[in-house]
Amino acid sequence: MSAEKFKGYRGAALHVLRNFDAPIWSDVQITAHGNRFTGIILPRSETSDDLHVVIKLRSGYNVGIAAESISDIQLQGRREAHYHIPEKAFPVDPQKPRVKLLGTGGTIASRLDYRTGAVIPAFSPGELYGSVPELADLCNLETEKLYGVFSENMGPAQWRGTAEAIGREIEKGVQGIVIGHGTDTMHHTSAILSFMVQDSPVPIVMVGSQRSSDRPSSDAALNLIHSVKTAAESDIAEVMVCMFGPTSDVYGLLHRGTRVRKMHSSYRSTFRTIGDIPLAMVSREKITPLRRDYRRRRHDKQVHINTAFEDKVSIVYYYPNMQPDIIDALIDNGYRGIVIAGTGLGHVNKPLYPVLRKAHEHGIAVYMTVQTLWGYVQMYVYETGREIMELGVVPAANMLPEVAYVKLGWALGQSSDLDQVREIMLTPVAGEITEREPANGYLILQGGIPEVEEFISRYRK
Amino acid sequence: MDPSAFKAYVKMKEADYAAVGFRSGLEIHQQLLTKKKLFCRCPAGCYSTAYDAEILRHMRPTLSELGEYDGTALMEFKTRKEIIYRINHDTVCTYEMDDTPPFELNAEALDSALAIAQLYGCALIDELHIARKQYLDGSIPTGFQRTTIVGVDGSIPFDNRRLPIVQLGLEEDACREVSDIGHERIYLTDRLGMPLIETVTAPELYTPQQAAQAAQIFRRLVRSTGLVRTGIGAARQDVNVSVTGGTRIEIKGVSRIPAIPLLTYNEAMRQWNLLLLRQELQRRGITPQTFSAEYREVTRLVRRTRYLPLRQAIDHGLIVQCVILRGFRGLLRHQTQTQTVFAKELSDRVRVIACLTTLPNLIHSDTLSETLSSSEWQSIQRSVVADADDTLVLVWGNAIDAESAAKEIVIRAREAAQGVPSETRQALADGTTGFERILPGPDRMYPDTDLPPLRVTADRVQRIRVGLPQPIWEREAWYHQLGIPADTIEPLAVSPWAELFREAVQEWHLSAVRTAVALIHFPKRLRKKGLPIKELDEPLLRRLFSAVRDRQLDADGLLEAMETSLRNKTWPIPPPLESTELEREIADALKQTETLSDNRARLRRCMGLIMHSLRGRVDGAQAAQQLQHLLNR
Repeated sequence: MSAEKFKGYRGAALHVLRNFDAPIWSDVQITAHGNRFTGIILPRSETSDDLHVVIKLRSGYNVGIAAESISDIQLQGRREAHYHIPEKAFPVDPQKPRVKLLGTGGTIASRLDYRTGAVIPAFSPGELYGSVPELADLCNLETEKLYGVFSENMGPAQWRGTAEAIGREIEKGVQGIVIGHGTDTMHHTSAILSFMVQDSPVPIVMVGSQRSSDRPSSDAALNLIHSVKTAAESDIAEVMVCMFGPTSDVYGLLHRGTRVRKMHSSYRSTFRTIGDIPLAMVSREKITPLRRDYRRRRHDKQVHINTAFEDKVSIVYYYPNMQPDIIDALIDNGYRGIVIAGTGLGHVNKPLYPVLRKAHEHGIAVYMTVQTLWGYVQMYVYETGREIMELGVVPAANMLPEVAYVKLGWALGQSSDLDQVREIMLTPVAGEITEREPANGYLILQGGIPEVEEFISRYRK
Repeated sequence: MDPSAFKAYVKMKEADYAAVGFRSGLEIHQQLLTKKKLFCRCPAGCYSTAYDAEILRHMRPTLSELGEYDGTALMEFKTRKEIIYRINHDTVCTYEMDDTPPFELNAEALDSALAIAQLYGCALIDELHIARKQYLDGSIPTGFQRTTIVGVDGSIPFDNRRLPIVQLGLEEDACREVSDIGHERIYLTDRLGMPLIETVTAPELYTPQQAAQAAQIFRRLVRSTGLVRTGIGAARQDVNVSVTGGTRIEIKGVSRIPAIPLLTYNEAMRQWNLLLLRQELQRRGITPQTFSAEYREVTRLVRRTRYLPLRQAIDHGLIVQCVILRGFRGLLRHQTQTQTVFAKELSDRVRVIACLTTLPNLIHSDTLSETLSSSEWQSIQRSVVADADDTLVLVWGNAIDAESAAKEIVIRAREAAQGVPSETRQALADGTTGFERILPGPDRMYPDTDLPPLRVTADRVQRIRVGLPQPIWEREAWYHQLGIPADTIEPLAVSPWAELFREAVQEWHLSAVRTAVALIHFPKRLRKKGLPIKELDEPLLRRLFSAVRDRQLDADGLLEAMETSLRNKTWPIPPPLESTELEREIADALKQTETLSDNRARLRRCMGLIMHSLRGRVDGAQAAQQLQHLLNR
């Protein structure tokens, strides 16, 4: 109880608040350094020091006052914050498609957490309608909170749970599914869902935001509108990531779940399709397909859910001078699959050869991908590559390293026979391996070049 | 309420302002002189209208920390503006574009803010919390300004009393607006993120003149520290004004201090007149409860009008809404400011909120100018079922804008029955104010979760205290004592050379008046001659004054030495006089004047020759004495 009463305060700061019996949310006048500060005592972030008391002044500013300088606290009242997004019942229109929003966490909807001083997710259809009323023009929205975790805490258990929830919703007959997700590992989840959920009759759209929704410039609302529009109206029945195309508030891109990757730590337009072009563009007004080879929407409720997953799989990012003990540790710890992100066309150094052979002999499935991200593994071009293949390392074509990692877990979950695993790994299920890389599949425009500068001066990217 | 309380501007005396309860306070924004911006490492103070790229954003209101929406935020959302930012690669990085989180607060900027807070005698904040102050007009791409309070409760001497300072903040500057037409607003981003301090005074300025006078003192005070930027736009003040029964109104971004008196006078008059308007409405039985107004579309009724703006609008497919303000007859002509009437309050709201930026954006039946014909007004009156006591207001635009304009007119008219609505207003060139936006409240403040609290250590405060410049009021008092000419006192007090002056006078015992004149007036004279006075920097000045101290240069030779050094780019002072050199010059001079028989004439001629060749290297009196001595021998 006392912990709640003085939330986040420790040491000297807690001592002074106790002394004056001034719990958080008290409206107070504090005398410190001979000056008076009038405001509300706020909870303190747990990672902050124990030397200061934080109050919100009448002007709205927060200030920290050194506990040791506080000579008096006069209580004048109490004003507790009740943070809630105005909640309004989501209007139902029988003419509109049913869309289900599954929440896993992330900043698509969020609020401030006083304990950590960081933002935590908040989520309900009424809250969403209260903050993004445009959604009601697109669909009848239902929501279900599956998890409330930051995306780095998503793992096999949550992947399975999400895939199963998708299966249930499809069987119930929803016309589209949106999954709210933190952006850091959204591409891992989009990849594994592409494998676990097969032959979906409806769009499955993953969405998040790069600026939390507590900011006026947040991309959350527009991303949500784009993703709900896609789920409700598009005929692309695949697992997709729907995030900003350019940094401007203009349109979103629909990326195939197995070919997408987060490419910038903070930019809005961080998600890019790698080695190919995106499926479509989406704006408030329309969805513009960029290609035709996608699975079409159907009107049945059939879907195959296969949530097999082997946890003991690792991804190893090769670097010059890597020592064999790294791989040894994986063998000793009972790992059953290793995906290597090799240099260039798929290489590692010679000192690793013996340990890779050892891994193969232990029945560990070892696959090679490229850390260049763009391009295919091609292990015939150099002698090195051929030698590595002889050690039992299997080239994984142009599968992205993270995609190969989740697919290997999924394959090993289904079989321990390495030939069968190889069959699963190298047979494209959801575009994770493509037969060809189009010439416009690798476009990283370099700033400074006159024609590129001309391009960005003309288009709002 | 006395309708005659407000006299013409030139006739208003202190007692008249006291009678209406005039009060004003200042929020002074002053850019700091730092190398880099406040939360990123972009260069500070580089301005250019050239740009390499544009990005487009929208703003959405969010909840405050205490769970409430801010009024301004909702208003800006109603406007549905597309915001365009012009990006120059040299002055803007991904931080200003809101695509990268903030870097640590610029330590140089914080030191400057802490120094100025101490000059104000503020209580310093022990632990700084960065707040987000929401601005949904788009002037900052994040939608908020990162800001923090550095000190509270200070004061400065003012007019034989002390003017309290409520707080000193440190914050990032916003974009420069390029244009705001229709639903598109364009900003330049070069100024964005520049560190500035915000000084907030108590509303204890009791005449428009006092408000300007206080602004001048602050401007001089901060300039005297050498820690701030100067030049156009480097200092801007928001001026708060209220009268008895009125509301605190903020006039935003006044960049010229001489504009303050007329602006505050007009704003006070506006409030007084709005209160008179309310009184008149009450007399007519119109209160916020009984207020009645509605709007109808009347496009069809005026489609053949000969009033050109409306006719053109209809030809372009726009629609016309008619707002009926029940019982308002004549009141849209009620004076608010100098040569401004209440209809302008409605027009301003329509312009800002409904984005109908082409003027005129409305017409009304109270007007005396030619708009619709009287038969057109009558047909509208019949159609919307209005009577002779009502005022009709017509607005036109596309369906959405025309309706939001009509709604806004109703809102503003209802507010007339309440009194003076809380707003921020812009300063117009004619000295009147125009609506800018609803006054934001504390609900727009939100803690910045991107940066941890920052402890201001006692060591840091102490280090800054030691290097603190002398406050300007102390400087000026001392200059008075020294007998420095009145026209030199103020410029010297705010000059970057004030510290050099103190050293020269107190420690080197140079003549105060001569040093002051040399520091303040000589550069001006040299600039008139077209010399590059920027090169007259602290090291050069220090060296010149040291030469005077060391008697290598006579104070009389300072101006010439400055000129020579700027002109020739060389050190102007020849090596010190050797003992035989003066004797030799005197001997030469005597030789050249041998033919002159009149001793006094010869003396004058000799002095001329000697001083010509030794100017600045020898004291005239000393030379004269020695010459006299030789001549008399």
